[in-house]
Amino acid sequence: MGLTDYIELWVGGLLTLMIFSFLYRDNPFYKFAEHLFVGVSAAYWMVVGFWTTLIPNMLGRIYPPSMGWFATNPEEAATLVAQSPSYLRLVPLILGIMMLTRLTPKASWMSRWPMAFIIGFAAGTNLTRYLQSDFIAQIRATLIPVIVVGESGFNFGGTLSNLVIVLGVLAALVYFFFSKEHKGWFGGTARAGIWVLMVAFGAAFGYTVMARISLLIGRMGFLGQWIGSVF
Amino acid sequence: MTFIERMQAIDRRIIFGLIALAVIIPMLVHLVFVVRPSPIVQSIFDKIEALPEGSRVLISFDYGPATVPENQPMADAMTRHCMIKNHRLYIMAVWATGEAQANITIEDVIEGEFPGKVYGENYIQLGYKAGNQGLLNAIFTDLKGMYTTDASGADINSFPIMEGIAGLPDFDLILCIGSGKPGMKEWIQFAGDRGDIPVAGGVTAVEAPLLYPYYPRQLLGLMGGLQGAAEFEAALVIKYPDYRETSTTAVKNMGPQTVAHLVIIFFVIVGNIAFFVIRGREKRERSE
Repeated sequence: MGLTDYIELWVGGLLTLMIFSFLYRDNPFYKFAEHLFVGVSAAYWMVVGFWTTLIPNMLGRIYPPSMGWFATNPEEAATLVAQSPSYLRLVPLILGIMMLTRLTPKASWMSRWPMAFIIGFAAGTNLTRYLQSDFIAQIRATLIPVIVVGESGFNFGGTLSNLVIVLGVLAALVYFFFSKEHKGWFGGTARAGIWVLMVAFGAAFGYTVMARISLLIGRMGFLGQWIGSVF
Repeated sequence: MTFIERMQAIDRRIIFGLIALAVIIPMLVHLVFVVRPSPIVQSIFDKIEALPEGSRVLISFDYGPATVPENQPMADAMTRHCMIKNHRLYIMAVWATGEAQANITIEDVIEGEFPGKVYGENYIQLGYKAGNQGLLNAIFTDLKGMYTTDASGADINSFPIMEGIAGLPDFDLILCIGSGKPGMKEWIQFAGDRGDIPVAGGVTAVEAPLLYPYYPRQLLGLMGGLQGAAEFEAALVIKYPDYRETSTTAVKNMGPQTVAHLVIIFFVIVGNIAFFVIRGREKRERSE
């Protein structure tokens, strides 16, 4: 193990213990680690945004020769510099500058234009895909035979599974139908819908517990590696 | 305070301590349980297995260091399987932190276990591009328009593996290892459903319940959290026992996971018993 790895291990180990110390009670060590994490994260995303978006997608496309200054190797520089300029990228550049006018109250009205563009683009792009994948395809996925007959005859497991899906979806939909009072058979179905939702929430909770324990296992493994490096 | 009342007011630090012990002790004694692949995970394995040699598989690393214990074993196992089957692997990331995670898989799995694989012929690292679902929308029709170079900056057209690739419909399978947005859902919406391309992969356990409704029509298969990763590793080891040593990270972690779950279930039961006993007692006192 090299010196860099050793330092990395110690910093990681100590910061992990500082974060874990919150489980006992709030303390300055936890606060330090928390603030460090927030600061490093903000800086990281700023640097990533600069190098992966602003430089290659804006500067590199408007004025390709500039990429010669930023490329990490000669081959990369040659490839990037050879790109033909795309002056259309000036439009997002101007829209980006307009967005920054939010910082000055007098000129902030100009930021509405890029904001409108972003909202329009996002709505237009997402609407069709959500409609297709999360609405039509999901309805289609629920239109299944409630009696399943396989090659070897009646399939009890498949039938039960499909019945649970169909009845569960119907009951949950009835629960969210508020134009009719939840009384009588309608109220009973809505109540069954609550049970379906509770089962779904329970499953989600179980999965969340599994996720958190997995992360704990990962951290414990790391601490074990750290302690192992000391002895 | 009675015993039952005490059970309802256990100090949270005691619970934390017991959970820590439930994780540490099985790790120290190397407690391992038998894991068997479920149909939803087996279907991913079967698909990779059934694809003819040299098929084009796109794998997207859409996670970061925070979810490595769950996502990395999935990524490693699927990459390993693709290499065993001699598929052509195209590695990319919709998450900025995903590129570094992909590099770990390349170093550990591809270079470490399959030194004969040639970069640019058998696999390529396309790297991270900003744009979220906008990126998926763009590469659906024009992948090389967005990825003019590979992750190291070399001209994308200089690699034999990129011949015949125009957009996402040219891939035989899309695998996503995700932990949020953009991730598996976006791959289903913007690639799988749009181009009728098989999409599969693994996500963190928190995200898994949100994706099960897409199975099996829109999603070929899904690994949910550490359990899903362990099931895929189990499927791989059943078929290829030679990889028993390297492909059991998640299986080994399922030991502490199971014990910790048992401790949590114990506390949930104890808390509920205490709750109902106290409520019943209060009702009786009120009626008297």
